[in-house]
Amino acid sequence: MSSLAATAKADFPLLHRDVYGKPIVYLDSAATSQKPQSVLDAMDAYYRTVNANVHRGAYHIADIATQAMEEARANVQRFIGAASPREVIFCRNATEAINLVAHSWGRTNLSAGDAVLLTHMEHHANIVPWHMLAAERGTELRWLHLDGDGRLDLRDLDRLLDGVRLVAFSAMSNVLGTIPPVRRIADAAHERGALVLVDGAQYVPHVPTDVGEMGCDFLAFSGHKMCGPTGIGVLWGREELLEAMPPFLGGGEMILNVTTEGFLANELPWKFEAGTPAIAEVVGLGAAVDYLSAIGMDAVRRHDVSLTAYALRTLTERHGELLTIHGPPEPAARGGVLSFAYGNVHAHDISQVLDEQAVCVRAGHHCAKPLMRCLGAVATARASVYIYNDESDIDHLAEALDRVGDLFGPQ
Amino acid sequence: MPGLEDLYREIVLDHYRNPRNRGELPCPPARRAEGFNPLCGDEVVVYAEVADGVVADVRFGGQGCSISQSTASMMSVAVKGRPLAEVEKLERSFKAMMSIVSDGDEVAPPADLGDLEALRGVVKFPVRIKCATLCWNTLAESLHD
Repeated sequence: MSSLAATAKADFPLLHRDVYGKPIVYLDSAATSQKPQSVLDAMDAYYRTVNANVHRGAYHIADIATQAMEEARANVQRFIGAASPREVIFCRNATEAINLVAHSWGRTNLSAGDAVLLTHMEHHANIVPWHMLAAERGTELRWLHLDGDGRLDLRDLDRLLDGVRLVAFSAMSNVLGTIPPVRRIADAAHERGALVLVDGAQYVPHVPTDVGEMGCDFLAFSGHKMCGPTGIGVLWGREELLEAMPPFLGGGEMILNVTTEGFLANELPWKFEAGTPAIAEVVGLGAAVDYLSAIGMDAVRRHDVSLTAYALRTLTERHGELLTIHGPPEPAARGGVLSFAYGNVHAHDISQVLDEQAVCVRAGHHCAKPLMRCLGAVATARASVYIYNDESDIDHLAEALDRVGDLFGPQ
Repeated sequence: MPGLEDLYREIVLDHYRNPRNRGELPCPPARRAEGFNPLCGDEVVVYAEVADGVVADVRFGGQGCSISQSTASMMSVAVKGRPLAEVEKLERSFKAMMSIVSDGDEVAPPADLGDLEALRGVVKFPVRIKCATLCWNTLAESLHD
């Protein structure tokens, strides 16, 4: 048994509950991770002892609340290797972070004749904002294809980059687990004068992240997939880009001055944080970053790779040709996200049968319909692992799949 | 939890493995409607040909889970050759069985659902109710403007 999982599992209260009288086997961390006790405690303590609105109260607890929020921002800054806390914008989630860039940077900088380059493995969160922008500005959308193993086909990259102003892609596919060569794509994009936005929703929770090493200009991620609460996410952007961008939402917090004639935007990062922020969630995210940092992201990644290798081996040995696992076959080239087909059984039926065994997997198109089309599937079942999963969870999944075969027969 | 045998009754699996009335009809005279379940990616296409107020012929296509596909198969058998008023009654009875009740349904006499009765267990699995009602909504769309 993985030593990391053995210690980590004890930290997550939800993983100690039963489902239908059986111990829960949670294999859906790509959708949302479970939360350790330290995150729950931090949020609880915030509401019990600190709760006050931030930044404008000249009284003790308002001051502590403000400090707590800005300490969490500094935590996140260190976690992703950002140059300054001014580059760390809190928003609701990765989706909102990408929408912020599309709305603020996109509407200011893109027009007809410009192109945005996406890939076929994007989550809808990194497709639809660009469709919306394209409809408004006449911007062209281009697509990087995938090869048969679910890797990005970069042979056409240079040709596709002609006229491109932004390359926006996921650093880890939420369906295939594919980890593309971020630096190589970023360098190629920059050579052609394009900016680079990385959707890090799956990557940041699982892989050591340094925005300088990645070479990107924007990075979007969500707190709830990395042991933090829902409702809080981060947009990181290079300071000079964020400085030049107009505000996204208008309201409190994001202003320096308002008159009947107009307004003056606040400085970074608050320029992009209109309204009372999700303070308790920010505190929770700060605690989540502390929790992951204490484990060490190198150890997180090693655990994911070794458990993914075990899963690929175990599932293939037990279910042979009935089982098709999508994505790159080498564990080191992917995250712990395993999308699979079982005979002709629909993913929804697979997940229903697994649920009877208290095994939680996701079924559907995973908000990646263009990718589903590439795979020739309407839906897949998806098991995904995190620090608290171990070999026994994979064994339970492998066993529970027998019941799918029993019910639906040889296909 | 309710047992899976409540959901995957033998007759349901039979319609899933051996779907009746799967295919297409020329449009016109038939009318075609598409239904999607964005949650699980189920897609259903219904072709319905109405003559003299009767559903003269019906076909369905698409891809989806066992519940969505078997319901479409059973529905096609149930509505074929029926007057529109009876089809509407069947739809209301089926939805009532799925615990979806619209205004005035309490007074509607229950229709004989035949094989569709086998889907009664779906109501115990709330996330699957949409799988079972998708084809009925798509059929209704093909029958009305």
